[in-house]
Amino acid sequence: MNFREQYIAFKTIVRKEIARYLRIWTQTLLPSAITMSLYFVIFGTLIGSRIGNMGGFSYMEFVVPGLIMMAIVTNSYSNVVSSFFGSKFSHAVEELLVSPASNVVILMGYVVGGVSRGILVALVVTLVSLFFTRLNIHSYVIVVGVVLMTSTLFALAGFINAVYANSFDDISIIPTFVLTPLIYLGGVFYSMDLLPHFWANVSKLNPLVYVVNAFRYGVLGVSDVSLPVALAMITFFTVLAFAYCMYLLNSGKRLRQ
Amino acid sequence: MIPALSIEHLSKIYENGFEALKGISLTVQQGDFFALLGPNGAGKSTTIGIICSLVSKSGGQVSVFDIDIDKDFPAAKRHIGIVPQEFNFNQFEKPLDIVINQAGYYGLPQKTARQRAEHYLRELGLWDQRKVQSRMLSGGMKRRLMIARALVHEPRLLILDEPTAGVDIEMRRSMWEFLQQINHQGTTIILTTHYLEEAEALCRHIAIINHGEIVENTSMKSLLRQLRRETFVLDCVEDLPDRVTIDEFTARRVDCHTLEVDVEKGQHVNDVFAALDRQGIHISSMRNRANRLEEMFVKLVEGAS
Ligand SMILES: Nc1ncnc2c1ncn2[C@@H]1O[C@H](COP(=O)(O)OP(=O)(O)OP(=O)(O)O)[C@@H](O)[C@H]1O
Ligand SMILES: [Mg+2]
Repeated sequence: MNFREQYIAFKTIVRKEIARYLRIWTQTLLPSAITMSLYFVIFGTLIGSRIGNMGGFSYMEFVVPGLIMMAIVTNSYSNVVSSFFGSKFSHAVEELLVSPASNVVILMGYVVGGVSRGILVALVVTLVSLFFTRLNIHSYVIVVGVVLMTSTLFALAGFINAVYANSFDDISIIPTFVLTPLIYLGGVFYSMDLLPHFWANVSKLNPLVYVVNAFRYGVLGVSDVSLPVALAMITFFTVLAFAYCMYLLNSGKRLRQ
Repeated sequence: MIPALSIEHLSKIYENGFEALKGISLTVQQGDFFALLGPNGAGKSTTIGIICSLVSKSGGQVSVFDIDIDKDFPAAKRHIGIVPQEFNFNQFEKPLDIVINQAGYYGLPQKTARQRAEHYLRELGLWDQRKVQSRMLSGGMKRRLMIARALVHEPRLLILDEPTAGVDIEMRRSMWEFLQQINHQGTTIILTTHYLEEAEALCRHIAIINHGEIVENTSMKSLLRQLRRETFVLDCVEDLPDRVTIDEFTARRVDCHTLEVDVEKGQHVNDVFAALDRQGIHISSMRNRANRLEEMFVKLVEGAS
């Protein structure tokens, strides 16, 4: 297929992915909006007022970037993992596998679908947050860049999960037992300064720390880790995940018999 | 002319060590209507899976219109339309979307995709159902949906894996007519089936596969002739002459006391005896020679029912 045809195939996958999550928006878009609103009310308003300042900002201002990031991470991940596993489970993935669409087109189609959901939910959550606080963006370039990179990274991770999953249980194990703890321990709710030295160092192994802090830097202009290091880390993990996804697709592992 | 499909020494060993294909070779000419017949577990779906990339081969070569799948699989895939044995579409999507999306995966622009989708959904009697969730379709409709989906990029080679399984007789006939029409328009068709009747109604050539091996590969006509023929083994009292001829029958001298005679449908065994009698040859006993093909078919029929 020439480039134009590959592009049509890519657009087709993206359009189908978007149609899918819009069709079932009560399962895909609504839950994050509700959960995040609850976080804003409980942590920001009720408890936050007693916490006082964190990292030099009111607690509400401090948690909002982390919570937006949390929405992006979980939504881009779960969109790809459930959609791709679903099509593997129903064998509808064969529609793509028998077609001449290239592996990179298949992967990017799903990834962009997941990214778009991450961003859409982020916008909704941001809108909701405006009822509770003001947002002054420190650097739009960094905000947009980090959002795109992070959602891509977790969409790719969701793809890997989907390829390995054999049952619907397998697609909830990783989000529950790996992703959620990493997010909670990734500095969404607290500054690394609060941790004892040892645990602050351990936290540096958690990719979510870089994601949350890079984004917080974009919004507030402060970060617990150095910005170049954070961006380098996110890039590194994204490239790694992309390479692994391509390896899975090219080798046909768990997709072709 | 370039063959539509050429398979050489194709083998498949599944991950669990099971050898599903033992080096089969097969050629399907352009424009042919080809049947791949065989009992459950013979290796039909495995063969088809390899041709359309859902199964990886363990050895051998496959070319589609002279394009080696090892060299340029995407180019080969453009020529292939596949209707699998099991339903493999998202049951929550609508038939129209399923067919249009499939066109998109082959790189067809939206406008063409819509026109083709409408054309094939109408042809297959699914236009009125285009906007219902596919899970609401009947089994026969789902199968026709997969045919429409397989045709939307107008492949030169259409492969159908048991297209009429679970389809009622009336629907089966109209599907047959549709396939014949497509074949007349120049599409090469390969189908797998358990029913000799189906192969007989549609196909010009046939390969029979069993335990991962091709046991017969011939024209439909000659297969039917073979099936209608019975071979008898005659034990003779007298020593046989070097050459034995019996009027309209084919006779073979096996050794000096044994003779094999083919009896076609419509011929009478009596005439064999009469002719031998005139030559002074007497028969002490007689038995049927086991017919390899017939045994196959008994198995096929048992498997299918
Ligand atoms: N993934 C697999 N792993 C191991 N063995 C398999 C696998 N898929 C198929 N087989 C075995 O390979 C053999 C051939 O299977 P195949 O599906 O090709 O048969 P078939 O001719 O299509 O049969 P049917 O008429 O029942 O559809 C069978 O014995 C089957 O059990
Ligand atoms: Mg089969």
